[in-house]
Amino acid sequence: MTAATTPASKSGQTTALRPRARLAVAAGRLMAWSSRVVRFGTGSVIGGRVSLLIDKNLLSELTASRDVVIVSATNGKTTTTKLLASALGTSRPIVSNWLGANMTPGIVAALAAANATDTAVLEVDERWVDSVLRATNANTVVLLNLSRDQLDRTQEVRKLAEQWRIALETTPPRTVVANADDPLVTWAALAAPNVVWVGTGQEWTADAAGCPACSGRIDFTDTGWACSGCDLRRPSVDVAINDGAIAIGGRTITGELALPGRVNRVNAAFALAAALAMGADLDQAFDGLDDVREVAGRYRVAQFSDSAIRLLLAKNPAGWHEALELLEGPSTPLVIAINARIADGHDPSWLWDVAYERIGQRFVIAIGERRHDLAVRLRYGNLNHIVADDLESAIELVRQSPAYDPTMPIDVASNYTAFQDHLERVGGVL
Amino acid sequence: MTSLPTTRRTDSAVRIVSLYPDLLGTYGDGGNALVLSRRLEWRGIAVEHITVDAGEPVPDSADLYLVGGGEDGPQVQATRELEQSQGLHRAVDNGAVVLAICAGMQILGNRFPDANGTIRPGLGLLDCETVRVDKPRAVGELLTTRAQLTTPEGIIELGPLTGFENHAGRTIPGNRSQTLASVEVGEGNGDGTEGVVTGKIVGTYLHGPALARNPLLADALLGWIVGASALTPLDDNDVDSLRTERIQAARDHELAPRRSWRDILRRS
Repeated sequence: MTAATTPASKSGQTTALRPRARLAVAAGRLMAWSSRVVRFGTGSVIGGRVSLLIDKNLLSELTASRDVVIVSATNGKTTTTKLLASALGTSRPIVSNWLGANMTPGIVAALAAANATDTAVLEVDERWVDSVLRATNANTVVLLNLSRDQLDRTQEVRKLAEQWRIALETTPPRTVVANADDPLVTWAALAAPNVVWVGTGQEWTADAAGCPACSGRIDFTDTGWACSGCDLRRPSVDVAINDGAIAIGGRTITGELALPGRVNRVNAAFALAAALAMGADLDQAFDGLDDVREVAGRYRVAQFSDSAIRLLLAKNPAGWHEALELLEGPSTPLVIAINARIADGHDPSWLWDVAYERIGQRFVIAIGERRHDLAVRLRYGNLNHIVADDLESAIELVRQSPAYDPTMPIDVASNYTAFQDHLERVGGVL
Repeated sequence: MTSLPTTRRTDSAVRIVSLYPDLLGTYGDGGNALVLSRRLEWRGIAVEHITVDAGEPVPDSADLYLVGGGEDGPQVQATRELEQSQGLHRAVDNGAVVLAICAGMQILGNRFPDANGTIRPGLGLLDCETVRVDKPRAVGELLTTRAQLTTPEGIIELGPLTGFENHAGRTIPGNRSQTLASVEVGEGNGDGTEGVVTGKIVGTYLHGPALARNPLLADALLGWIVGASALTPLDDNDVDSLRTERIQAARDHELAPRRSWRDILRRS
């Protein structure tokens, strides 16, 4: 574990951008503004792209005078980035790309709008860790997990782990905060000189069974994991989750979080570990976590068609595994929306890797462009379900159900683009 | 090899084995076991589903074996373990039915390329060979013409097969095998056909999972075990809706349903 000395900061170095970089930033802002004017979107990505066309080294320039921490994973990176930004935000100015634009153009756009010395807390797409790390020389890198996500579009998860490993060898950060219960992440992080290991008690192991080092079999037990073919095994942990409490820095933190579920305790543990690595005070950092009540609309309770609905996001089997923890208790009807657009991956057969049986006897209304795929999955799960055309009809069906409880918000659990659609309909990102 | 009776004793459960889902478990292929189990249960036929993880002994007395798709490294590991165990070989000799998906089909064949392109010996159970080709990875909806299985007892109609394919290699069926159908949309084996069948071993590139989207194929496999007459009709309304929608989507080349510039920008 890193000693809690104050890290050498990049602050105080020169903050002036070269003329070319200034031109790049100005052009990007103009493009982003134009994009907003024509209501095309927030404009941050396209603005960042224009900036990078003018100065391809802009990310290096924009991070030359600030501390940078990178957060990456297939699951939980947006939430953890927001928690970490909030934890660090109690003690220093922060800039973060928390709208989810997590590749270089989006990151450049976020940084260009901030003071040159603000600490950057960056959510980074798992495929962009290498290039963002090279450009920013980030001093802390947080690696949460690697699970199967959109396999028809991105590379196999093992290749991602290899990319991470090479990135950490090529540009070693001062500290890596890594998941000791994910063999792929562990193998990648072992390339770094200094690792803070977080024991997450991760239950989702189905994507990791083949050893990333030797293709051998990995045996999982209640207390850890080890490869049957080589030396790779669970490292001893520096930070742990025990019965919902976070053990960190010789202390046990039991306070409640505003975000629900076990998975958000894990995200909070990573955020606290990274905040400590960045030199923050533990109590101050924990106080900051409480300011996070929703993450880009996730967990939001909003009014829709005269009913209260609660928006939940689960984009892949590992995400559903965590979301089902919130869905398996009640008996009220539930809406599930599944799309299979580019951002979701075109093949929704991962639905069969999700234990929807945990929903029990809750009546499910299936919507989204791939509602029939979901309906077949639910049918074979012997689950009580019906297909509806859109969110309005689904909410109407819920209200007509004898199991409907008007005092409870209606759960609407969606995968990525379906969630974005629903979020826009209740007011978008706040 | 002795021929099995077409109907079996009803007092024993149909035994279905999922082989190495920990190694070959991507793309939801585990759903095939659920589909087969439910289609038996709903007809009042007892079923026992056994999961055999890598490192565990492979039973040789089950009725049906499922081998799923997977990534390059685990594919080689699975081949090594199945070759050592010989349990699947003995089961096939005893007349067991096998459904092998994608990487599963490739390793059951005579030869297949590993991640480095090295040609490796397969299990030799399915008469086919998988090769690397200088073509892009085949990814997208796969739709076939009306599929058929030719058996000593007659022809089994399977209807058009629909699913999602995602593979780099292409598979050349051997002389001792039949194919399932011709490809209407997509790539399939790579020579205009889809699937390889040797005896009661069926290999296919269809994910989806294959049996969730193709109930006639599921019932054909079960018919080999319990006899076609035991397979009473089921309520397949949900499946029919899905098939209608997916067949149309494949024909419309609707790989990206309602793909918008906004979606593209969100992820870039």
